[in-house]
Amino acid sequence: MFRRLEDARADISFSFEGREVTARPGDSVAAALLAAGLRSFRATPVSGAPRAPWCMMGACFDCLVEIDGVASRQACMTQVAPGMRVRRQRGAKALESDPAAETAA
Amino acid sequence: MTGAYDAVVIGAGPAGLAAATLLAERQARVVLVDEQPAPGGQIYRAVEGMTARQPELFEALGPDYAHGDELVTLFRTFGAEYRSQSTVWQISPADGSDAAHEVWLSRGGRSELLQARNVVVATGAMERPVPVPGWTLPGAMTAGAVQVMLKSAGVVPEGMVLAGSGPLLYLLAGQCLALGARITAVLDTTARANEQAALRHLPAALRGAGFGYLVKGLALKLRLRRAGVPIFRRVTDIALQGTSEVTDISFRSRGRPMWLSADLVALHEGVIPAQQITRSIGCVHDWDAVQHCFRACTDAWGNSSVDGVLVAGDGAGIGGARAAEHAGRIAAAEVLRRLGVADAAGRDALAAADLRGRAAHLAIRPFLDRLYAPPAAILRPADAVMVCRCEEVTAGAIRGVVQQGCLGPNQAKSFLRAGMGPCQGRMCGPVVSELIAEARGVGVEEVGYYRIRPPLKPITVGELAALDVSGA
Repeated sequence: MFRRLEDARADISFSFEGREVTARPGDSVAAALLAAGLRSFRATPVSGAPRAPWCMMGACFDCLVEIDGVASRQACMTQVAPGMRVRRQRGAKALESDPAAETAA
Repeated sequence: MTGAYDAVVIGAGPAGLAAATLLAERQARVVLVDEQPAPGGQIYRAVEGMTARQPELFEALGPDYAHGDELVTLFRTFGAEYRSQSTVWQISPADGSDAAHEVWLSRGGRSELLQARNVVVATGAMERPVPVPGWTLPGAMTAGAVQVMLKSAGVVPEGMVLAGSGPLLYLLAGQCLALGARITAVLDTTARANEQAALRHLPAALRGAGFGYLVKGLALKLRLRRAGVPIFRRVTDIALQGTSEVTDISFRSRGRPMWLSADLVALHEGVIPAQQITRSIGCVHDWDAVQHCFRACTDAWGNSSVDGVLVAGDGAGIGGARAAEHAGRIAAAEVLRRLGVADAAGRDALAAADLRGRAAHLAIRPFLDRLYAPPAAILRPADAVMVCRCEEVTAGAIRGVVQQGCLGPNQAKSFLRAGMGPCQGRMCGPVVSELIAEARGVGVEEVGYYRIRPPLKPITVGELAALDVSGA
């Protein structure tokens, strides 16, 4: 598990699966989610197995999440922005995104 | 489209920063392109401004990290053009000596074409994949990934188990201790045979900057012991346990079976050159039997087999951050010669100190490479172990297609989809080549590597469609 250093103030907020998460400006989405205690970021398209960031440097693509309705974004390569809506990526991406489901989150 | 540059430098780690700084200092038209939001690469990640922002963290990361601050400050002083958060997705090498290389990059969902007379690839290294049972479970990360959490977000691991070998493993442990983090254990996989093989190279390792590295390494190990961190030696048979996430780790230490509870395991077995860009350009790579990796072939100046494409730093063979910094300036001096700014004698004079400096920092490598040679079980894992994380292909499946007559990685890819997922083979490539070589009873160099094609990172069709290539 991870903890933030005391001098690393977390003062911006975004949502993961509708839940509020705080982050420090400059954090990647992956770092902020791991710091918040999240374990599984996505389910694989092949077996549905849970995955989380492995490399944190843009090489492994295991941190893929859906950000503001766009699937397969690299959480480790995307900086947190206030109000960002992040969702767990489940299996293969559907061809049509569902705006209703997005709003419901 | 942007007009032609004298040089596009790819990667803002030590090699890229040093190259771009020297080129800008000599008035060359240079642009540094990098994926991260700030300069420094992975080794000096987020270093810029950290003294003011997080002094405690800056102090804990140590003097080697602090050196990056000087490097970034110099880079800013000479004002090289800099594109952050920009991902290179294709490089088309020049067609003829008068033509320019084309570098396609993506930033914020928009693509752009840069043209350049020279390309300096300074994309460095990535951590060697560590395929052990359970390495795909949440809670398993690379040591480098945990260090990125520290540097870029000030987020500290608690109760982590560090497993593997190599300088980074001990450096990360030391940094975590300095920040007051608790480390559950360090599992050292260094084999006795490695120590014996390394010993012969110890005298050479004392030369140049080698002695300093050895002292630092010993000091780190001593610090761990003083802090009371349990260190298990001669570790083999690591397996991460858990169904939906890591809950435990099992292993053998000196042959004795052991079991520890852990929800975070950092694995590390050294680093290897990042090959994606150099392979896609068509640079010749050779197999380094000591470092157990492919690397782009270069001459002493960094020239690859493709005219006007230079490789500086760990991409041309692992040498570490300081050697990479020298290599960046050496490559920049060669670019100045290629541009006609300097003649050969001028280049030699410009690079003399860096050639000496690089040699001094490389003096310890033959020793380190043997001491921390990766275990065979990581290079060629057991059948049940997942090798391709994206498409979930096991080592056994790779061995199976070789039995059916598959000769190389590209064929294995078409049979099994290994290497066809979003990471484009970055995680499985080195292992797949090793497995096929083993199963065929030939050398890895004969088996080769995946053919790497653009786009080097996924881009949307919309982004391609929106490209303005009217002037291209």
